[in-house]
Amino acid sequence: MAFKDIEINMGPQHPSTHGVLRLKLTVDNEVVLKVEPVIGYLHRGMEKLWESQTYAQCLPLTDRLDYLASLSNNLAFALAVEKLAGIEVPRRGRYIRIVLVELQRLASHLAWLGFMANDIGAMSVLLYGFEAREDILDLFEEYAGARLTIHGIRIGGAAHDLDEALVGRIRKVLSSVPRRLKDIRSLLDENRIWKERTVGIGLISASEAVDYGLTGPALRASGVSWDIRKSIPYSSYDEMDFDVPLGRQGDVYDRYLVRLEEIGQSIRIINQALDKLPPGEFRAKVPRTFRIPPGQVFHTVEAPKGELGFYIKSNGSDRPERVKMKSPSFINLQSLEHMCKGNLFSDVVGILGSLDIVLGEIDK
Amino acid sequence: MPEIPADRPLPRQAFEALSGRFPDSVLSSDFDKGELSVTIPKGILLAVLGYLKDDLGFGSLNDLIVLDNLAAPEGKKRFSLLYQLYRFPGDIRIRLVLDLDESEGVDSIVPLYRSADWAEREAYDMFGIVFEGHPGLRRIYLEEDFEGHPLRKDFPLAGRSGGL
Repeated sequence: MAFKDIEINMGPQHPSTHGVLRLKLTVDNEVVLKVEPVIGYLHRGMEKLWESQTYAQCLPLTDRLDYLASLSNNLAFALAVEKLAGIEVPRRGRYIRIVLVELQRLASHLAWLGFMANDIGAMSVLLYGFEAREDILDLFEEYAGARLTIHGIRIGGAAHDLDEALVGRIRKVLSSVPRRLKDIRSLLDENRIWKERTVGIGLISASEAVDYGLTGPALRASGVSWDIRKSIPYSSYDEMDFDVPLGRQGDVYDRYLVRLEEIGQSIRIINQALDKLPPGEFRAKVPRTFRIPPGQVFHTVEAPKGELGFYIKSNGSDRPERVKMKSPSFINLQSLEHMCKGNLFSDVVGILGSLDIVLGEIDK
Repeated sequence: MPEIPADRPLPRQAFEALSGRFPDSVLSSDFDKGELSVTIPKGILLAVLGYLKDDLGFGSLNDLIVLDNLAAPEGKKRFSLLYQLYRFPGDIRIRLVLDLDESEGVDSIVPLYRSADWAEREAYDMFGIVFEGHPGLRRIYLEEDFEGHPLRKDFPLAGRSGGL
């Protein structure tokens, strides 16, 4: 019996759609012909909300976008406001920010690794990944009192100073990550089942990746060397020494390797920032409400998922006239159909997992 | 000609090439906070984007932004569309601006930048802007029978009949 052009509905309540994503799939027996993502189940009208909040009030709302990397959202928004208002962040504040967002990248990539392996069927990796992430969340809790919606960055600098005791604990957690990563990699890297489910699956070439606007690890896995921390450095990334890991052919396995290598680079960056942590103020003196002269700005950062940016237009009042968020997951998800076409139905969850999307920032 | 500092030669070169190729079409331009904005008439959008992409190398569309100019002084058209473009070699950004009346449509740029597909659907959903030639223009976040476009400045924030 043949099953041609069958439509299958996946989600919005499905364990491997990473939130509330619905996929309308058209299949010919086992082969995927069409994928249509249906989004909007988590749409909260964030861009409309921002228009009625003061700049400082907007900032905690950004925590709710990519809830697996809330500090990166904070940083992108704070940098855009600072650029628009001409606020200079003290050097110590910039270094603390680097420590925070790189820890966030570790946490985000470790959570991704767990989910991704779980989607493909390697249950135990989820537990190892989350165990390591848990220690990082403990650091955030100690720093700012929260684990997910951390809100550790303020306009003008960081929320708190880093004291010696916390620096020591960060170093201790960091020193445990490489060993844990080695354990995880020994389970997956040369695992025959893992490789059969990932190598050569979900291919996208470098030129197609650029055309689809892919950013972040998904773009670098196709071999395009583009990392905003290197090409348009913000904060004090130009004072850090790190490499940009690249993939070769842009399949699921390459995206896996690129993220794992990035974890190592993030550890390098955090250690350098802690070594060189400059003395002084950690936050500029910024009043709770302030007016920004009319102007516009577009500023992006390298978030764990890709290029995260904010366009802000000010009209002279203490609230933005318009905020537009460029969310990496929204753009990256668009290429799902291209990656899935011609692959097997059972590989859709693996390809979707390898994109590392978060519905909180797709739906805004 | 916007005032571009001498230490930023690449945006200056891009601007000179663009205004040389379309001499009478640059309506205004400015260079503020390191960002180059160029306003063009909507009729030549595809020609300008094609030139920027194929000849000047702006291969990536970062974002499509819509502004509602409801509160702006008389004479300003209702909407502004901002195309935020990026070139990998040299890391240059350029913002192409065009103004649009409420009743007007605009050419879809999906044939040039595939990443514009969802961005244009979002602009249609939130502002009601019609992109002519889009392969499947429909709402992206809200359900099809939703009335109105929430990010317009005259969309009521509360007390909407038939709302939640």
